[in-house]
Amino acid sequence: MDKTVKEYKISAIKEGTVIDHITPESTFKVIEILDLDKNKEIISVANNLQSSKLGKKGIVKIGSKFLGEEAVNKIAIIAPNATLNIIRDYKVVQKLKLKIPGRIEGTLKCFNPNCITNLEKVDTKFKVTSSNPLKLLCNYCERIMKREDIVLL
Amino acid sequence: MGISFKGRDLISIKDLTKEELLYILNSTSKIKGNNLLKGKILASLFFEPSTRTKLSFESAMSKLGGSVIGFGNPQITSISKGESLYDTMKMVESYSDVIVMRHPVDGSVRYAAESVEVPVINAGDGVNQHPTQTLVDLYTIKKSIGKLENLSIGFLGDMKYGRTVHSLAYALSNFNAKMFFVSSEELKMPEQYLEELQERKVKVVEIEELSKVSSQLDILYVTRIQKERFPDPVEYERFKGIYRIDKNAIKNCKQGMKIMHPLPRVDEIDIDIDSSKNAIYFDQARNGIIVRQALLASILGAFK
Repeated sequence: MDKTVKEYKISAIKEGTVIDHITPESTFKVIEILDLDKNKEIISVANNLQSSKLGKKGIVKIGSKFLGEEAVNKIAIIAPNATLNIIRDYKVVQKLKLKIPGRIEGTLKCFNPNCITNLEKVDTKFKVTSSNPLKLLCNYCERIMKREDIVLL
Repeated sequence: MGISFKGRDLISIKDLTKEELLYILNSTSKIKGNNLLKGKILASLFFEPSTRTKLSFESAMSKLGGSVIGFGNPQITSISKGESLYDTMKMVESYSDVIVMRHPVDGSVRYAAESVEVPVINAGDGVNQHPTQTLVDLYTIKKSIGKLENLSIGFLGDMKYGRTVHSLAYALSNFNAKMFFVSSEELKMPEQYLEELQERKVKVVEIEELSKVSSQLDILYVTRIQKERFPDPVEYERFKGIYRIDKNAIKNCKQGMKIMHPLPRVDEIDIDIDSSKNAIYFDQARNGIIVRQALLASILGAFK
């Protein structure tokens, strides 16, 4: 059984994905980035739980949804310490490691208000020039965003 | 491996390797009063005012036998009617072989280049890049000092908004330069550019007073404090006069030190310096033609 379920009394899911060890300020961004507000399955969210690793953490459980690599990598941008477990029949069958992708297209907004992507209908593109600390180079205005500058589209 | 620029865009100085930078500079020797670009059309799109860059591109094209269409005032075009940049580019693409463009929005020229098939040259996008000015600066340094490697260069004035400083510093990081950024705290080199230079193993010194480093410099690159970048005119007035050089300010410099300025100057350099052997800023402006000729001819595949 998933230990965290017992510990925190968040309802267990039979099938689906558990994203754990999210830094509390990123928990709701994870929901946003995965478009979970549009999901029809059961979703449990808990935030500011005690964590031996992080002090406090967030956790998101998504019933009947198995995340693909692209979505997983998106989470890595905003919650690099997060862990991801795939649950089948109440058991963790797979643990996925989050990996920051080399390029990020479309998900994030450029923080430079004078960047063309904020003024015309242009999809954003960023190159990840460093993953720790996170540095994202805008393909257009060539400014470098850090983790604290990130705003989702 | 042979370098070819045929059909390529030039958007950022960071898109060029050291070998490619040198290729363009060396191509200037192949320009000899000829009709290399006869029948070719340059579209010159200036969404923001420019004197030197616009005129030198247009002159470069004409000297090579090509012709020029375009505008220097978007007020008189469909852009003032709300046409998108994408639509403007698609239209211009069908009228020209190469496009030179300046625009006030950062990243706009890269986006424009992605929208069309013909090559696009960036003549300045917001505070971001102005790569042809950097090519002209490198050419001027090479011509007047005889080399690009192992130089000490001081940048004076506005390190924060001066895109020519950002680009030239990056380009010179290919040539083992030592760099001194001389500015007040408020106009310091942005962290992003400093980090980039550090990653490229450049020796960088930040300092507020020129007199403390002037004796070490091979080149002093003076910049204009750009009025249009200051929302508050009072603040502009405060900075304007601080980084001004005259004969007294350079009396302890190396004898052969060269003074550069991307122009236009307001009053950063006293006119008494113009006639000295140190001043090379008017040569720099003149060199704009030959370098842009070499670039246009390379991009249009005119060199055998």
